[in-house]
Amino acid sequence: MRAVFLGAALVSILIAALIVYVLSRGTVDFLREIDLSQLFDTGWFPRRDRFDISTLLVASVIMGSIAMVVAVPAGLGTAIYLSEYARPRVRAVVKPIIEVLAGIPSVVVGYFALRFIHPQFVDRFFDPTSNKSMLAGGIGIGILVIPIMASISEDALRAVPGSLREASYGVGARKSTTTVKIVLPAAVSGLVAASIIAVSRAIGETMVATMAGGPDGSGTFTKFPLEPGLTLTAAMTNAAGGTDQAIKGASFNVLFFLGLVLFLITLFLNLIGDRFVQRVRNRY
Amino acid sequence: MTALSPTVPATVRSALTRRQRNVGGIVLHVSLIAAMLFTLLVLFTLIGQILVEGIPMFRERGTAFITGTIGSEPTKIGVWPGLYGSFFIGMGVIVLAFPIGIASAIYLEEYAHHGRLTRFIQINIRNLAGVPAVIYGVLGLVIFVDWLKPITNGESVIAASLTLAVLVLPIIIITASEAIRSVPQGLREAGYGVGATKWEVTRDHVLPYAAPGILTGMVLSIARALGEAAPLILVGAITGLLPRTSLTEKFTALPILIYNWSGRPSKDGAVSWENAAAGAALLLLALVFVFNVFAVILRTRYERKRIGL
Repeated sequence: MRAVFLGAALVSILIAALIVYVLSRGTVDFLREIDLSQLFDTGWFPRRDRFDISTLLVASVIMGSIAMVVAVPAGLGTAIYLSEYARPRVRAVVKPIIEVLAGIPSVVVGYFALRFIHPQFVDRFFDPTSNKSMLAGGIGIGILVIPIMASISEDALRAVPGSLREASYGVGARKSTTTVKIVLPAAVSGLVAASIIAVSRAIGETMVATMAGGPDGSGTFTKFPLEPGLTLTAAMTNAAGGTDQAIKGASFNVLFFLGLVLFLITLFLNLIGDRFVQRVRNRY
Repeated sequence: MTALSPTVPATVRSALTRRQRNVGGIVLHVSLIAAMLFTLLVLFTLIGQILVEGIPMFRERGTAFITGTIGSEPTKIGVWPGLYGSFFIGMGVIVLAFPIGIASAIYLEEYAHHGRLTRFIQINIRNLAGVPAVIYGVLGLVIFVDWLKPITNGESVIAASLTLAVLVLPIIIITASEAIRSVPQGLREAGYGVGATKWEVTRDHVLPYAAPGILTGMVLSIARALGEAAPLILVGAITGLLPRTSLTEKFTALPILIYNWSGRPSKDGAVSWENAAAGAALLLLALVFVFNVFAVILRTRYERKRIGL
């Protein structure tokens, strides 16, 4: 039996090895097909062999930042409220509702961002140039990331021993002082971990960025949140979808290059996040 | 309370006796409640929007919206090909990812020695769980669509369900491992004490005790697989017309229909593409909710049972 179970466990290693192999092989093919200067040409026009990577990175960073502006206050605030302030009955109601939010598929949030956030919020208060915008996409991604932010933060806050809070109350500190000066500093590793993992999810989120945030197929360089911008992930779905896959050239192989860049960014963030989570576990 | 001596200056007296107002504390409390209400408001707005836009589709098309096929007029379409694709994707996850995932968890928790290999497998699984879904799509495109073409016939439901099975595998392993880890050590020792082998203890004591926890993870992973769209776009889900539904031919799935219909321009008529997308989203949400609620019920029952209620 042992061999069977070991075999199953090794499947996950095989998957990881295949991901790295497939992405690296395709990246090598891609880099052979193009001239390196094409990576710093103006704008992202894969059909015209212009692969300006900075166009995508900037759009990813902008949408990721907007997402964090939404998700960090909402997620962290919810977590602190549930862990420190809420009565058990409130918690028992709110917690499952947030789990429901965590279960909403990204494509549904993409629909919401495209058909509600953009027309009802972005269009109403600003003057966007298109029916899509990085602002709407970023807010959508933020909504998607709130539950991850909230649940990892809440775990970190609840891991803070009750004795720390009692000691603080014992010397006459208020609830707000205890929360801000004792509980939050004690949980800081976990909160940092939550934010890093949330950033990683936001950068890797595909459907909302494709549906509400980005133009189709190609895009010019932009750093204005009211314009649509093409993220790394949206450029990947564009490279694969819509193209006739019989024609395999640089405009298709760029998929692997982008995949590798995205893989390395998220892996790096996840590894750091994981290290912070471990630190919380070791401490208490 | 004894009164302060009359010699105490008025300012000191006031500082000691006036009502204390904790402005900072109130601000903090209010902003925390605001954060929580914002989160709830977002959720209710989202569900409200889907209901408001989606219900007209069901009212207009009735059950034909479920049994009809996709087409070019929002007033004449249905989601059947999407349901077909999503159903078999769910089945693929059950058949492929569940056995491998649970077997991996059994290995890691029951059989593995605490060595380098085990640690490496565990770190690797945690990292796989954080890999963006779209990258699994690239993997599926190369391995299941291209390399395994003889088995999957290229861009088919089989290739899609294999891809999503790989995507949810880390989640299944992690939740199953947690469930197995929570089995009290005494249960195992009692088994070994009467001479049972490791496999007998695992099969007859550990797995039945961990079953509800493992099941919860499995249910959540199906819900996750049903909602994923990005990997399906990569493995070639069809967004246009689909002549017929078959396991080995071109396919689509519920999330792909939402993706595609959302982006189409509005049309005049009883219902538009927006309603079609919301109708499909409503169906998908209902499916995912059913699975999620099922998982929550399972977990609550299992927690109650453990504390002897």
